[in-house]
Amino acid sequence: MRSFSLIDFVSLFAALRWTVALVVLALLFGAPLALGLALGRISRFASLRWAMAACIQVIQSVPLLGLLFFFYFGMPVFLGIQVPALVAVTVAYTLYTAAFLGEIWRGGLEAVKQAQWEAGACLGLSAWQQFRHIIAPQALRLSLPPTVGFLVQLIKGTSLASILGFVELARAGQVVSAATFQPLLTYALVAAIYFALCLPLTLWSRSLEARLDGSR
Amino acid sequence: MNFLPLWRYQNQLIDGAIVTLELTVISALAGLVIGIAGAVALNGRITSLRWLVRGYIELFRNTPSLIQIFIVFFVLPNFGLKLPALEAAAVALSLYFGAYSVEIIRAGLDSIPRSQVEAGQCLGLSGWQVFRHIILPPALRNAYPAVTSQFVLLLLGTSLASQVATDELFHVAGFIESRTYRSFEVYAVICAVYFAMAMSFKALFAIIGLAAFRWPRRR
Repeated sequence: MRSFSLIDFVSLFAALRWTVALVVLALLFGAPLALGLALGRISRFASLRWAMAACIQVIQSVPLLGLLFFFYFGMPVFLGIQVPALVAVTVAYTLYTAAFLGEIWRGGLEAVKQAQWEAGACLGLSAWQQFRHIIAPQALRLSLPPTVGFLVQLIKGTSLASILGFVELARAGQVVSAATFQPLLTYALVAAIYFALCLPLTLWSRSLEARLDGSR
Repeated sequence: MNFLPLWRYQNQLIDGAIVTLELTVISALAGLVIGIAGAVALNGRITSLRWLVRGYIELFRNTPSLIQIFIVFFVLPNFGLKLPALEAAAVALSLYFGAYSVEIIRAGLDSIPRSQVEAGQCLGLSGWQVFRHIILPPALRNAYPAVTSQFVLLLLGTSLASQVATDELFHVAGFIESRTYRSFEVYAVICAVYFAMAMSFKALFAIIGLAAFRWPRRR
């Protein structure tokens, strides 16, 4: 047993980079996939719409912890080779991000009136140009507040990687707590760091929403 | 891949699923009580109480549920409040669910235009009658989808209670895994069970919603 010292403080902050890395990886791979899911959900083809809806429904109906374990133990089974834990965890967070962001962005896309697409078509724009220049900018504005809100969920969700042994913030907290026998101080500090990360995003999301409301 | 060794453990799986359901329902009910009380306080006149509720909401919505469970389980004993795992998880999840419920219920109440309340008062309805007949029905309808989807998220979130050794479904998974060494198969089955429970609740809530909110919709 030793007392809580500067080194513990530093190790918590050092672990923060893994929390950030997981968030960045999840967004890097999850966001393009989310866009694909959202576009699939509003596609002309009913079968594509149903397939995308089913994917989203499945991922949203399983605990994030379950997804993590499923891919952590499942990747070697699917691929026949051992993969680094980071790959498995990234796959799980990517799918989680894709499902939730995909649904949020679909809402944004659907909120833009059908007539806007038709107006674009009347101007001779291709389907991609209609999306790129007319629909996407409006949909982006509408879906930005919930997107930032989801970012908070994702940051909090990375704490689950600790359960698979990733030494990110939550895990570092467990380690420090076990070493110093100071759970109160340690977990309060860990919670405070998460709070300091998430609160600005929450406030930003809220101000975006308020601004959006005023412009109607 | 071999799922056969898991077959013997079906009773444990059922027991785990029952504990998961209990934990979910208890936390949801306690959380809703917190939510209603918080929403009333937010709309009330006592400024300090409003700030207290605001602080509670932000604190619990901006920190991970896992850390909250750890704090209740590992830290509260320092203050002489030693809760068993299930109770600790229930307390933490209730507070977490409550923080979201306050906002949902407040938004539901705020969605009723002031003019409707005034219209009710003009008709000579009492304060309680205005609340019961004018505010409550549409507020319930507006809050219903958000509450139910939060409920499903809570159901999935109870899996975190496994980390303080609550005997719920995800913890049962760890037990079966340690007996069979069939890690992938165990977690595939566990995911399927959560999926089945989540979908059942979604279907149930959709049916209840259709039956309960049948009067004409705006639009």
